[in-house]
Amino acid sequence: MTKADIVAAIYEKVGISKTESSDVVESVFEILKETLEKSEKVKISGFGTFMVKEKNSRKGRNPQTGDGITITARNVLTFKPSQVLKKRMNEGSENSA
Amino acid sequence: MTKSELINRVAERLPYLTRKDAEIIVNTIFDSMVDALVDGDRIEIRGFGSFKVKNRGDREGRNPKTGETVRIPAKRMPFFKIGKELYERINQGTPSAAALQEGGEGL
Repeated sequence: MTKADIVAAIYEKVGISKTESSDVVESVFEILKETLEKSEKVKISGFGTFMVKEKNSRKGRNPQTGDGITITARNVLTFKPSQVLKKRMNEGSENSA
Repeated sequence: MTKSELINRVAERLPYLTRKDAEIIVNTIFDSMVDALVDGDRIEIRGFGSFKVKNRGDREGRNPKTGETVRIPAKRMPFFKIGKELYERINQGTPSAAALQEGGEGL
Protein backbone atom coordinates (compact mmCIF):
# COMPACT_ATOMS: atom_id res chain seq x y z
CA MET A 1 0.00 0.00 0.00
CA THR A 2 1.22 3.48 -0.87
CA LYS A 3 -0.02 7.04 -0.46
CA ALA A 4 -1.93 6.66 -3.76
CA ASP A 5 -4.09 3.89 -2.26
CA ILE A 6 -4.91 6.08 0.73
CA VAL A 7 -5.79 8.99 -1.59
CA ALA A 8 -8.16 6.68 -3.51
CA ALA A 9 -9.86 5.61 -0.27
CA ILE A 10 -10.38 9.26 0.74
CA TYR A 11 -11.73 10.16 -2.71
CA GLU A 12 -14.34 7.40 -2.45
CA LYS A 13 -15.43 8.29 1.08
CA VAL A 14 -15.37 12.10 1.12
CA GLY A 15 -17.03 14.39 -1.43
CA ILE A 16 -13.84 16.15 -2.53
CA SER A 17 -11.87 16.07 -5.78
CA LYS A 18 -8.89 13.80 -6.47
CA THR A 19 -6.51 16.76 -6.24
CA GLU A 20 -8.00 17.81 -2.92
CA SER A 21 -7.84 14.22 -1.64
CA SER A 22 -4.16 14.11 -2.51
CA ASP A 23 -3.52 17.51 -0.83
CA VAL A 24 -5.38 16.39 2.28
CA VAL A 25 -3.30 13.21 2.65
CA GLU A 26 -0.09 15.24 2.17
CA SER A 27 -1.27 17.68 4.84
CA VAL A 28 -2.03 14.95 7.36
CA PHE A 29 1.44 13.42 7.02
CA GLU A 30 3.04 16.89 7.02
CA ILE A 31 1.30 17.70 10.33
CA LEU A 32 2.55 14.38 11.75
CA LYS A 33 6.10 15.19 10.61
CA GLU A 34 5.97 18.74 12.06
CA THR A 35 4.79 17.35 15.38
CA LEU A 36 7.50 14.67 15.57
CA GLU A 37 10.11 17.22 14.49
CA LYS A 38 9.28 19.11 17.71
CA SER A 39 9.87 15.83 19.59
CA GLU A 40 6.20 15.74 20.49
CA LYS A 41 4.70 12.26 20.84
CA VAL A 42 1.85 11.25 18.50
CA LYS A 43 -0.74 8.85 19.83
CA ILE A 44 -3.32 7.49 17.41
CA SER A 45 -5.85 5.35 19.26
CA GLY A 46 -6.45 2.03 17.53
CA PHE A 47 -3.18 2.34 15.62
CA GLY A 48 -0.20 3.14 17.80
CA THR A 49 2.20 5.69 19.24
CA PHE A 50 5.13 7.41 17.53
CA MET A 51 7.82 8.78 19.81
CA VAL A 52 11.19 10.44 19.22
CA LYS A 53 14.00 9.11 21.38
CA GLU A 54 17.40 10.68 21.87
CA LYS A 55 20.33 8.33 21.49
CA ASN A 56 23.72 9.22 22.92
CA SER A 57 26.88 8.57 20.95
CA ARG A 58 28.33 5.12 21.49
CA LYS A 59 31.14 2.92 20.32
CA GLY A 60 30.35 0.53 17.53
CA ARG A 61 32.11 -1.59 14.98
CA ASN A 62 32.01 -1.66 11.21
CA PRO A 63 30.66 -5.19 10.70
CA GLN A 64 32.47 -5.54 7.37
CA THR A 65 35.95 -4.45 8.40
CA GLY A 66 35.79 -4.94 12.16
CA ASP A 67 37.13 -1.38 12.68
CA GLY A 68 36.02 0.38 15.85
CA ILE A 69 33.95 3.49 15.11
CA THR A 70 31.98 6.04 17.10
CA ILE A 71 28.27 6.10 16.35
CA THR A 72 27.19 9.73 16.65
CA ALA A 73 24.37 10.94 18.89
CA ARG A 74 21.09 10.97 17.04
CA ASN A 75 17.35 10.96 17.38
CA VAL A 76 15.37 7.89 16.41
CA LEU A 77 11.66 7.39 15.97
CA THR A 78 9.98 4.45 17.63
CA PHE A 79 6.56 3.07 16.80
CA LYS A 80 4.66 1.11 19.40
CA PRO A 81 1.60 -0.62 17.93
CA SER A 82 -1.62 -0.34 19.94
CA GLN A 83 -3.12 -3.40 21.63
CA VAL A 84 -6.08 -3.14 19.23
CA LEU A 85 -3.80 -3.30 16.17
CA LYS A 86 -1.77 -6.22 17.56
CA LYS A 87 -4.97 -8.07 18.38
CA ARG A 88 -6.50 -7.47 14.95
CA MET A 89 -3.31 -8.65 13.22
CA ASN A 90 -3.50 -11.90 15.15
CA GLU A 91 -7.22 -12.64 14.94
CA GLY A 92 -7.95 -16.24 14.09
CA SER A 93 -4.65 -17.46 15.45
CA GLU A 94 -4.40 -19.27 18.76
CA ASN A 95 -3.01 -16.10 20.25
CA SER A 96 -6.05 -13.95 19.51
CA ALA A 97 -7.20 -13.75 23.13
CA MET B 1 -0.75 14.90 20.03
CA THR B 2 -3.75 12.60 19.98
CA LYS B 3 -5.94 11.62 17.06
CA SER B 4 -8.57 14.21 17.94
CA GLU B 5 -5.90 16.94 18.13
CA LEU B 6 -4.66 15.81 14.72
CA ILE B 7 -8.21 16.11 13.36
CA ASN B 8 -8.42 19.67 14.74
CA ARG B 9 -5.13 20.66 13.14
CA VAL B 10 -6.18 19.20 9.76
CA ALA B 11 -9.46 21.16 9.92
CA GLU B 12 -7.59 24.38 10.82
CA ARG B 13 -5.06 23.98 8.04
CA LEU B 14 -7.58 23.18 5.31
CA PRO B 15 -10.43 25.69 5.71
CA TYR B 16 -12.49 24.07 2.95
CA LEU B 17 -12.98 21.02 5.18
CA THR B 18 -15.50 20.81 7.99
CA ARG B 19 -14.32 19.20 11.23
CA LYS B 20 -16.54 16.24 10.35
CA ASP B 21 -14.74 15.87 6.98
CA ALA B 22 -11.36 16.09 8.74
CA GLU B 23 -12.49 13.38 11.15
CA ILE B 24 -13.60 11.05 8.35
CA ILE B 25 -10.32 11.70 6.51
CA VAL B 26 -8.04 10.97 9.46
CA ASN B 27 -10.06 7.87 10.38
CA THR B 28 -10.01 6.63 6.77
CA ILE B 29 -6.23 7.02 6.61
CA PHE B 30 -5.55 5.00 9.74
CA ASP B 31 -8.34 2.47 9.09
CA SER B 32 -6.92 1.71 5.66
CA MET B 33 -3.44 1.34 7.15
CA VAL B 34 -4.78 -1.07 9.79
CA ASP B 35 -6.56 -3.09 7.06
CA ALA B 36 -3.33 -3.32 5.06
CA LEU B 37 -1.37 -4.58 8.07
CA VAL B 38 -4.13 -7.07 8.95
CA ASP B 39 -3.83 -8.38 5.36
CA GLY B 40 -0.08 -8.67 5.87
CA ASP B 41 0.66 -5.91 3.33
CA ARG B 42 3.60 -3.58 3.48
CA ILE B 43 2.81 0.15 3.67
CA GLU B 44 5.10 2.76 2.20
CA ILE B 45 4.51 6.46 2.84
CA ARG B 46 7.23 8.34 1.02
CA GLY B 47 8.96 10.89 3.24
CA PHE B 48 7.41 9.46 6.37
CA GLY B 49 8.29 5.80 6.62
CA SER B 50 7.22 2.24 5.95
CA PHE B 51 5.53 -0.52 7.89
CA LYS B 52 6.28 -4.18 7.43
CA VAL B 53 4.58 -7.21 8.95
CA LYS B 54 6.96 -9.70 10.47
CA ASN B 55 6.04 -13.16 11.64
CA ARG B 56 7.57 -14.15 14.88
CA GLY B 57 7.71 -17.90 15.28
CA ASP B 58 6.88 -19.97 18.33
CA ARG B 59 9.38 -19.49 21.07
CA GLU B 60 9.99 -20.66 24.57
CA GLY B 61 9.67 -18.24 27.41
CA ARG B 62 9.71 -18.45 31.11
CA ASN B 63 7.16 -17.37 33.65
CA PRO B 64 9.27 -14.89 35.62
CA LYS B 65 7.39 -15.66 38.85
CA THR B 66 7.53 -19.44 38.83
CA GLY B 67 10.50 -20.10 36.53
CA GLU B 68 8.28 -22.48 34.59
CA THR B 69 8.98 -22.87 30.86
CA VAL B 70 6.03 -21.82 28.71
CA ARG B 71 5.50 -21.85 24.98
CA ILE B 72 4.84 -18.40 23.50
CA PRO B 73 2.77 -18.87 20.34
CA ALA B 74 3.75 -17.41 16.97
CA LYS B 75 2.41 -13.96 16.23
CA ARG B 76 2.46 -11.21 13.64
CA MET B 77 3.88 -7.82 14.55
CA PRO B 78 4.10 -4.53 12.64
CA PHE B 79 7.52 -2.90 12.31
CA PHE B 80 8.10 0.72 11.37
CA LYS B 81 11.12 2.07 9.55
CA ILE B 82 11.50 5.82 9.35
CA GLY B 83 11.79 7.52 5.93
CA LYS B 84 14.79 9.61 4.92
CA GLU B 85 13.04 12.99 5.00
CA LEU B 86 11.56 12.49 8.46
CA TYR B 87 14.86 11.08 9.77
CA GLU B 88 16.62 14.24 8.60
CA ARG B 89 13.94 16.45 10.09
CA ILE B 90 14.08 14.89 13.57
CA ASN B 91 17.88 15.08 13.45
CA GLN B 92 18.42 18.75 12.65
CA GLY B 93 21.12 20.01 14.96
CA THR B 94 22.39 16.59 16.05
CA PRO B 95 25.88 15.31 15.11
CA SER B 96 24.21 12.78 12.85
CA ALA B 97 22.79 15.65 10.75
CA ALA B 98 26.38 16.62 9.89
CA ALA B 99 27.11 13.03 8.88
CA LEU B 100 24.12 13.12 6.55
CA GLN B 101 25.44 16.32 4.98
CA GLU B 102 28.64 14.46 4.14
CA GLY B 103 26.56 11.95 2.24
CA GLY B 104 26.51 9.30 4.93
CA GLU B 105 23.64 6.87 5.06
CA GLY B 106 22.68 7.85 8.57
CA LEU B 107 20.09 5.13 8.98
